Amino acid sequence: MSARYEAVIGLEVHAQLSTRSKMFCGCSAAFGGAPNTHVCPVCLGLPGALPVVNARAIEFAVRLGLATDCAIANRSIFARKNYFYPDCPKDYQISQFDTPLCSDGHLDVEAGAKRIRIKRIHVEEDAGKLLHVENADHSLVDMNRSGVPLVEIVSEPDIRTAREASEYLQKLRSLVRYLEICDGNMEEGSLRCDVNLSIRPEGSEILGVKTEVKNLNSFKQVEQAIEFEFQRQSKVLTEGGRVAQDTLLWDPAKGRASVMRSKEEAHDYRYFPEPDLRVLLVSEATVAGVRGALPELPAAKEARFVSQYRLPAYDAALLTSSRDIAQYYEDVVGAGADPKAASNWVMGEVMAWINERNSNIGVLSQRIAPSTLAEIISLQASGRLSSSAAKSVFTERAKRVEVTIHDQSGGSVSSVEVIVKELGLEQVSDTSAIEADARAVLDENPEEVARYLAGKEQLLQFFVGQLMKRTKGKANPKVATDAIKGLLDSKRAG
Amino acid sequence: MNLAALSIAETRKLIASGAVTPLDVCESALKQIEKRDGDVHAFLSVDHDAVRARAKKLTESPEVRSLSLAGVPVAIKDNMCIEGTRTTCGSKILGNYHPPYTATVVERLRDAGAVVIGKTNLDEFAMGSSTENSAFGPSRNPWDTSRAPGGSSGGSAAAVAAGMAAAALGSDTGGSIRQPASFCGVVGMKPTYGRVSRYGLVAFASSLDQIGPFTRSVEDMAIVLNVICGKDARDATSASEAVPDFTQGLDAGVKGLRIGVPFSFLGEHIDASVRASFEALLNALKRDGASVVEIDLPHAKHGLAAYYIIANAEASANLARFDGIRYGHRSSRAKTLDDVYMQTREEGFGREVKRRVLLGTYVLSAGYYDAYYLRAQQVRTLIIRDFASAYAACDVVLLPTAPTPAFKLGEKTEDPILMYLNDIFTIPVNLAGLPGISVPCGLSPDGLPIGAQLIGRAFDETTVLRAAAGIERVSNFRSMAA
Repeated sequence: MSARYEAVIGLEVHAQLSTRSKMFCGCSAAFGGAPNTHVCPVCLGLPGALPVVNARAIEFAVRLGLATDCAIANRSIFARKNYFYPDCPKDYQISQFDTPLCSDGHLDVEAGAKRIRIKRIHVEEDAGKLLHVENADHSLVDMNRSGVPLVEIVSEPDIRTAREASEYLQKLRSLVRYLEICDGNMEEGSLRCDVNLSIRPEGSEILGVKTEVKNLNSFKQVEQAIEFEFQRQSKVLTEGGRVAQDTLLWDPAKGRASVMRSKEEAHDYRYFPEPDLRVLLVSEATVAGVRGALPELPAAKEARFVSQYRLPAYDAALLTSSRDIAQYYEDVVGAGADPKAASNWVMGEVMAWINERNSNIGVLSQRIAPSTLAEIISLQASGRLSSSAAKSVFTERAKRVEVTIHDQSGGSVSSVEVIVKELGLEQVSDTSAIEADARAVLDENPEEVARYLAGKEQLLQFFVGQLMKRTKGKANPKVATDAIKGLLDSKRAG
Repeated sequence: MNLAALSIAETRKLIASGAVTPLDVCESALKQIEKRDGDVHAFLSVDHDAVRARAKKLTESPEVRSLSLAGVPVAIKDNMCIEGTRTTCGSKILGNYHPPYTATVVERLRDAGAVVIGKTNLDEFAMGSSTENSAFGPSRNPWDTSRAPGGSSGGSAAAVAAGMAAAALGSDTGGSIRQPASFCGVVGMKPTYGRVSRYGLVAFASSLDQIGPFTRSVEDMAIVLNVICGKDARDATSASEAVPDFTQGLDAGVKGLRIGVPFSFLGEHIDASVRASFEALLNALKRDGASVVEIDLPHAKHGLAAYYIIANAEASANLARFDGIRYGHRSSRAKTLDDVYMQTREEGFGREVKRRVLLGTYVLSAGYYDAYYLRAQQVRTLIIRDFASAYAACDVVLLPTAPTPAFKLGEKTEDPILMYLNDIFTIPVNLAGLPGISVPCGLSPDGLPIGAQLIGRAFDETTVLRAAAGIERVSNFRSMAA
């Protein structure tokens, strides 16, 4: 039923800029703090106070504009967006309207196969936060967030599926983190997303009536909301109804959206140019300066990882999803590790370690420096460590350094070699020693030997397993296999 | 002797010589307020203890002899914030609001040694031309207390005229300094937009508002301007243009000055007494060696209409914050959030403010923006160009400040349009952002002051002041307080 329709989706993403001070005053823009402590007459909207533009916030927005191939306006205009709400102290928000700072850019998803056009990126101020007190006849308002700088990134309706939307959003988050302009934390609200969605019969070029879904606080909720709204609108049309141009509010607990306001109740924001601010001038020289200081962007880095390190596209995408992880990877390779082996390690052990602890690469690299990981990888490559032994060294090393870090007595950090020795993890490749153990394994399992000789050759792995167990995993797997196979062959021949 | 009636220049001499102290001057001002303000009602608040404490401290300060405004009692229009001092904007909606910060202009005056003598009455949120729109009752013209002092800065003009302060600050959005200066027979100036920081001035129409002084002489005007002009990092619209010493060159006279007069704009609606006084002034200026050239400001007649669109649009947003949520009056009848907004604003704002907020909201509404707001901005651009071409032929423009001398209280309160027409000659100056001054040039047959308005190129206050000093000389106007 729903297969007859396709979704037409545009996203409006608000990203809080991680400047030290607010958009139009000198107050701290940091998240949290005791309520109403990061405030002054300007961000409280007191009568007579005036806004002054934070140049750093403009620079951050230009970074994002350039990174998404937008045109940067040399002259852009701040505008007042008028609406009454208790979290909005002036009862208007300073935003941009018909002349945004950045316009006509794009962000590619699906490994470059799909282009999502970005209509505009503009700069504005955040509102305060209302705290609703249970069973009280009042609400509280915290103005710490009031005036924190935001960029709003508005896509064209080029997105068709929940997965595309989620990937676009993840790419965008990765980008703002690369650019070091936003921490990308959706739970704390530093990245927020509204979904505009309409549906139309597949193949049609005509846009349907769209709805807007608000209050989405995770990638998962964005996907769920899109699925929900697509199904809901499909049902309405299938049953011969009409989609109403409503604004909906997502309820994460119930997994459904309900109408917040209808078209008739929609605000007339009465935008007009903000007379307290002059036209925002951004010179070509400023733009060139920002462009020159841009870091290598995720897409370029991904392509370079494929060509320079001969990595599969999958590896390159995953490693470059975070600038810090990509840097760590390159440092490991730079310390002499094989690029593919290093990729496997970073995607595997390193990311698992971080995820299990909800930690980050910075913490890990204090425990396992890139050169340390390179050392472990080379021990494995030379055959001195089995893969499982190498993982044990990794884990142990991370643990010991952890101990040392908390140890105020200044105890030294244990080296990889010390751990290998202490744990007795060094792999045995000495053929004669392994042959002795192999002989013992075969002697202990005469029935299996007989079945093997009778043609059940899959039992080879059983013998190798027993041998590894007997050597506590230290036997070189290849030498061990060769030894078992050699002895069995000589039995068959004998 | 009322020391507050002396010129600032004289006061400075007396204080520098040690003949009088800041405390003497301020006691004089307080005494004059006691004597006159019962009739005039120029002040909304006077904190005697604070005035005396400040004046005493100044008197004991070793710096007092070197400060340019040491001990000078200055009145402040009650739409400028002073930390801890009640600020009303002439409205009920601010309730008992005490701002937690001080306006830049007030800081600058204090740094120069001035004493804030009190906060003055105004039309609510500076919306009006007679000070009759104050929620705290009208001020009266010291020359004739049955008449209006003009507005919206009527309290400040009256305070200076009646010798209750040596100088005062007002704000001028469409004539609110110059017109009351004309009505009260004092000098009032609106500097170039951006010359004086607006930080701490409760906004009426941000792109038009400008703070400026009232004084009893052009020289005093220059002295106060020297203190308050200049870039302020807290006001993004304040200008970085260098501030010259405005007291220099005041004696240069009008000889050789080209004075432009837009005769066709004067129209037929100006009072006979104003016309007679204006023509006498032109002749006197010519005798003094100025040349009078006819100029054309073809779009100035549309200024009033454009102004009431732009100013009201900006006001509708600027006054939105008075909503009963965070400070000021909150309706006790409100049951829901929307009630809080609507009842509070219904109870807290006066008729004129509501009228303007409604008009301003309307002209910005979807579907009307282009026809009103955008068109008005286009008119504004044309008026700016009119002045620019006029200055190719003249150095300064001369107009009457207002079409009539002071009118009777209540005479125009029932007809808003009639009231708005008072500002027909002053509004184009705000739209163009230019410096304008009103300087007394004579008396009407009824003995009421009449003002002449000089308008200069942007940031050319110097020429405006020089010409104003010239008018002051030829007019031989006697200040009421002196």
